[in-house]
Amino acid sequence: MALVAIVGYLGAALWTLRISLTSSRTFPSGHFIGLAQYQRLFDNERWLLSLHNLAVYGLLFVAASLVLGCLLAVFIDQQVMGEGLLRTIFLYPYAMSFIATGVVWQWLLTPGDGIEAALRALGWNVHFDWIVSQDMAIHCVVIATVWQAAGLVMALVLAGLRGIDPEIWKAARLDGIPAWRVYLQIVLPMLWPTIATVLLLLATAVAKLFDAVVAMTQGGPGIASEVPAKFIMDHLFLRSNVGLASAGAVVLLLPVLALLAPYAYARAYAQRHREAA
Amino acid sequence: MNHFTGARPVAAPAPAVDSVAATAAVATPAAAPATPAAAPARARARRKRLTPARIGVYAFLIGAALFFLLPLYVMIAASFKPMEEIRAGGVFALPHAVTFEPWRQAWSGVCTGAACDGLRTGFWNSVAIAVPSTVLTILLGAVNGYALSFWRPRYANVLFGVLMAGAFVPVQVMIYPLVRVLALAGIFGSLPAIVVVHLVFGMPVMTLLFRNYYCNVPQELFQAARIDGGGFWRIFFYVMLPMSLPIVVVAAIMQVTGVWNDYILGLTFAGREHLPMTAQLNNVVTTTTGTRAYNVDMAATILTALVPLTLYFVSGRWFVRGIAAGAVKG
Repeated sequence: MALVAIVGYLGAALWTLRISLTSSRTFPSGHFIGLAQYQRLFDNERWLLSLHNLAVYGLLFVAASLVLGCLLAVFIDQQVMGEGLLRTIFLYPYAMSFIATGVVWQWLLTPGDGIEAALRALGWNVHFDWIVSQDMAIHCVVIATVWQAAGLVMALVLAGLRGIDPEIWKAARLDGIPAWRVYLQIVLPMLWPTIATVLLLLATAVAKLFDAVVAMTQGGPGIASEVPAKFIMDHLFLRSNVGLASAGAVVLLLPVLALLAPYAYARAYAQRHREAA
Repeated sequence: MNHFTGARPVAAPAPAVDSVAATAAVATPAAAPATPAAAPARARARRKRLTPARIGVYAFLIGAALFFLLPLYVMIAASFKPMEEIRAGGVFALPHAVTFEPWRQAWSGVCTGAACDGLRTGFWNSVAIAVPSTVLTILLGAVNGYALSFWRPRYANVLFGVLMAGAFVPVQVMIYPLVRVLALAGIFGSLPAIVVVHLVFGMPVMTLLFRNYYCNVPQELFQAARIDGGGFWRIFFYVMLPMSLPIVVVAAIMQVTGVWNDYILGLTFAGREHLPMTAQLNNVVTTTTGTRAYNVDMAATILTALVPLTLYFVSGRWFVRGIAAGAVKG
């Protein structure tokens, strides 16, 4: 049963790999052409742009979600009033789909209709047109998805913070170390497993980025906010270029595996350690 | 560590320990005398004097809360505005002439592609997809987790490793083979197809969840059931499943939310007749020509988000525990 599933997973991945080595267009063909699809892929400007966008998006999204999430967790950890309410507020976007999130933010960020118009009505002469700008459209996707995901980071980091031995705080206070230094130099290193998990989650979310782009910019203006997942889907189903799309999928898989392998290894290592002890 | 350590309501006033870490951490009573400002929160007295640092903490939190609430407010406000008010601008303004027309439109009138009978078809499609996807995936995940933790088939660790990878792999890698297989089976673009697909993609996380849960069940219990002559299925149904209720709830929340919010799989596999609500919402927003009816769009967005949001607000801590467990905690 589990075996069937796994054969399915590996099988499907290998199948995609195989197709990527053929000249398949609308229908798969058995005609092997080696790495030619990959060569075409990396000659394709749209693919290169989508990789570039993914890199920009990934860096900003992971950094912003992590920083905002950690800050929220640390601030909430200061025994504030209404903690439960605040937690609820910070996390609710995570329950919403990327499509719904994208739709709302798309409106808010539309220059003539959203935040910009509202601020102008108040007499502030701001100019905020990222979503229709070639260079900045992907940044709008960052804003919307950080809004969606930061609460998750907060929840996980907060759980980690609450799991830390209170003795450490007592000791640090006796030594007169200021709180921010305790967080930065003692607590943060101790939270490393939590942070690693969060990073892995955020990173895989980056590779999967698709819905939010579809809902917010549809890859536009032009192809300015194209991302690999969307490139692959378009070439699979709209442009009937299965071979090229499969090559893209394999390329997209590589960084995920590259992230996953050390993580899995570290976990296996830790487990063996635990069992030995 | 067990993920499940008793439910607590979301709005528990200033709890000392978060439940996810409940077994690891023990609340410390505020015993030691507090030194000013810099000392950590936990060791200090409950109510603090309002120092500048405190004000800063609250300013940050309130500011952040506004940022997180803003889109929700805008959505709700807009969904009650007539079009004239939308056109007049001011996304932050409260509606003057409150109207339910956008909601009616979104539910039963708006064009979701070719047809114009609102999101209600999408809603029922999503229900029809989510219910079997959730039930079947949980059952399969439970059986897998049970098999992996008690029967330990050969190469259990390898199986487990591949499953874990499966939880993270982008769906694009497997989408085309899946399309081919389902087409070959003659069910591509139908309800069974999308359910099977959710089963395939949901199973890794569900298996992980149940395996981790069953790892904390004493092996002796299983051995005793074996000695009493229980077989694979008997033990599963009479011993394991009845004690799995807490994790089943967590799994159900995760799975319903995940399936409901899915877009890419529904779009690809469900076929035009069974598009889930998310796909219809996207159609509503992208196919409009002329002035966009933002009030209807926003009502439609709220309707689409309503099920997972309700689940979140009602289930509270269970939801958090679900995502924390889904974060592949060992």
